[in-house]
Amino acid sequence: MSFVKLTASALAIAAVSATAASARDQVQVAGSSTVLPYASIVAEAFGENFDFPTPVVESGGSSAGLKRFCEGVGESTIDVANASRKIKEKEIKKCAENGVTDIIEVRIGYDGIVFASDIKGQTFEFTPTDWYLALSDTVLVDGKMVPNAAKTWADVNPAFPAQDIQAFIPGTKHGTREVFEDKVILAGCEATGAFEHHLAAAEGDTAKKKKKAAEKACIALRTDGRSVDIDGDYTETLARIESNKDGIGVFGLAFYENNTDKLQVATMSGIVPSTESIATGEYPVSRPLFFYVKKAHIGVIPGLKEYAEFFVADEIAGSDGPLSEYGLVADPELEKTQEVVADEAIMGGNS
Amino acid sequence: MSDISQTPENGSSKHAGSLLTPNPRTIKRNNAEKRFQVYGIAAIAVGLLMLVVLVTTILGKGVGAYSQTFITLDVELLEKKLDKKGTRNIDDIKKVTTFGYSPLIKNAFKTKVAELGIETDLKLKKQAALLSKSAAGQLRNYVIANPDMIGETVTFRFLTNSRVDGYMKGRVSRDSIANDKSVSSEQLDLVDELVAKGTIKKTFNIDFILGADASDQRPEAAGMGVSMLGSLSMMFVVLGLALPIGVAASIYLEEFAPQNWLTDIIEVNISNLAAVPSIVFGILGLAVFINYMHLPTSAPLVGGLVLTLMTLPTIIISTRASLKSVPPSIRDAALGVGASKMQAVFHHVLPLAAPGILTGTIIGLAQALGETAPLLLIGMVGFIASNAPDSVASGLLDPNSAMPAQIYEWAKRADPAFYERAWGGIIILLVFLVTMNTVAVILRRRFERRW
Repeated sequence: MSFVKLTASALAIAAVSATAASARDQVQVAGSSTVLPYASIVAEAFGENFDFPTPVVESGGSSAGLKRFCEGVGESTIDVANASRKIKEKEIKKCAENGVTDIIEVRIGYDGIVFASDIKGQTFEFTPTDWYLALSDTVLVDGKMVPNAAKTWADVNPAFPAQDIQAFIPGTKHGTREVFEDKVILAGCEATGAFEHHLAAAEGDTAKKKKKAAEKACIALRTDGRSVDIDGDYTETLARIESNKDGIGVFGLAFYENNTDKLQVATMSGIVPSTESIATGEYPVSRPLFFYVKKAHIGVIPGLKEYAEFFVADEIAGSDGPLSEYGLVADPELEKTQEVVADEAIMGGNS
Repeated sequence: MSDISQTPENGSSKHAGSLLTPNPRTIKRNNAEKRFQVYGIAAIAVGLLMLVVLVTTILGKGVGAYSQTFITLDVELLEKKLDKKGTRNIDDIKKVTTFGYSPLIKNAFKTKVAELGIETDLKLKKQAALLSKSAAGQLRNYVIANPDMIGETVTFRFLTNSRVDGYMKGRVSRDSIANDKSVSSEQLDLVDELVAKGTIKKTFNIDFILGADASDQRPEAAGMGVSMLGSLSMMFVVLGLALPIGVAASIYLEEFAPQNWLTDIIEVNISNLAAVPSIVFGILGLAVFINYMHLPTSAPLVGGLVLTLMTLPTIIISTRASLKSVPPSIRDAALGVGASKMQAVFHHVLPLAAPGILTGTIIGLAQALGETAPLLLIGMVGFIASNAPDSVASGLLDPNSAMPAQIYEWAKRADPAFYERAWGGIIILLVFLVTMNTVAVILRRRFERRW
């Protein structure tokens, strides 16, 4: 009957199209949501200027992107992974197990991480120590580690107003979290002397292991609700701050610059975050952004190498290009990166 | 409750009062009924109020996306910039990137400002920054399509950037840009003058409905069109697979299958499947269609397959209900005049059940159209809906987004102008859903037969 015929033909179409799916003509990118805006700006300009179709950029986080990147070689896997942190040894190993051995690492520039609060609220001038004392699980008091009892910012630093501590920080799946821990919490931990205390108490056979244990103890954050992990995007952090005027959130510089009517930015160690102060290295909380290219896909997926070259071209990623206009801090060593891409130099040297 | 059954003590003499003068217990019962009615009306009022709030919020926030600020400029297409050799060779013209077109636009802006006699201290770069970044691409596409026009002066209508647009719509004010780096108060002065001279105008923007997604730097150029096509392709897949499979399954279960424990189990499972959260189907789709069958990621085909799984139980349940509602006398009469069982079903029962089946299908489709969760897992979120498909096959297989996923994506982006577009997208989605549901209601009203 007609229904049976319909079903059969629909299934046949599905099957045929599945086999036809093997020819992919656009570059596929996935990874960090911090890199996503930059990658989409480049992808759009790439589609405008070349005869290749506009590359597809998915988000999902650095780790998720690298995981998909390492799934193997072939048209059903992605060509480029965006990451807001360097690829880990573990991930390189996982990649190699699946046959992804030749990886080109491309550093596109730097991204600043800023601390911002509601525009009508109090102004803050932070140092890493303040954040450590405000958010750490335990703090050093008279030579002993005691649970953190700070309730207001005035408890942390008498110069601050007595505003409740309420911090919205990126969740652990974000690359931003790692930078926050490294450049802020750990720096504060070392500055207060708590690091030494942890180091003395740390267990482990080697000095390296002890150091690792001490670092881990340093970055343990309080769990009493004063520090809230945000697993979503910066828009969620912004929404939280709008509903809780005492809140202070962690944002990317580009996001803050697009929302200056709602947010005010805090200084860190006396420096106002801006593309300039990050480029000179004065502003301490910044991190490099990367993308990783599968060398095996170059020449197979049309436009892949052109996309990578276009991304790091002076007119895109340079200090006057659209990326830096959007908030990316241009890499002073961009020329080297351009060479890496042009030579298809893989990680680990021997290309 | 027990009022009626209570037997009067010592005969009925105690209740001898008139029926017209209510006794206390009657008053109490009548009051209880009135209170209940008030509760009911209050509940409906709350529901209606919510609906009004919802619709006004959506319209209030989203209507802005349908108009856009444009600026009219006369651009001189200089031959020495665009075609140095003067051969009009398309390959040579294509070598000039969009960056090469920016000076032309700057020049055009300069001439316009001079022509209108506007005095401004702004640098030319800052003046031209009022334009959208899409202007250079628009110009390049025009030149590639019309290489003979090189050397001529052509009038173009460019988008302005999202801050200027926000200023025209009242979203951006001089106070709110105090710390903003991308626009200054002087630039807004220039905008005011250009508006007064009629060069900058806010008009209806069809590109929001037909256009493709745009990157974070140019929210003013983003549109729903391509993701609409993505949704449409998915709906075709769902319709093409879920309707025949669903109807065939329910006809068999309802008319032919023997009643035993196996069919009982199948029935219970179909009912359970209808209640499974959609995200589960997303994970299933990722595992089966993408990781195992190696179908392309972000493809509407995969999205359609996942949504088919989700819609099937809905269609099966509604089809079975409408088959059940066809009275057995129809079947008996058909069998009585010598029809085979299959003839009875396909010639008599199915046509009578068709309106119900269609209604169920349309409601299932509408549900699938608004579904976002499973699409997140099969890679339909991100900067995806930027290539319009050029054939049916590419519509099914090339990466694309879907309307709800596109709205979700816009709501996440940093620039507040995208937020407005997200609300605008919701309006389109709601129009689709309301239309589909109306069609379902009309079908039911017009064709459904009651026995």
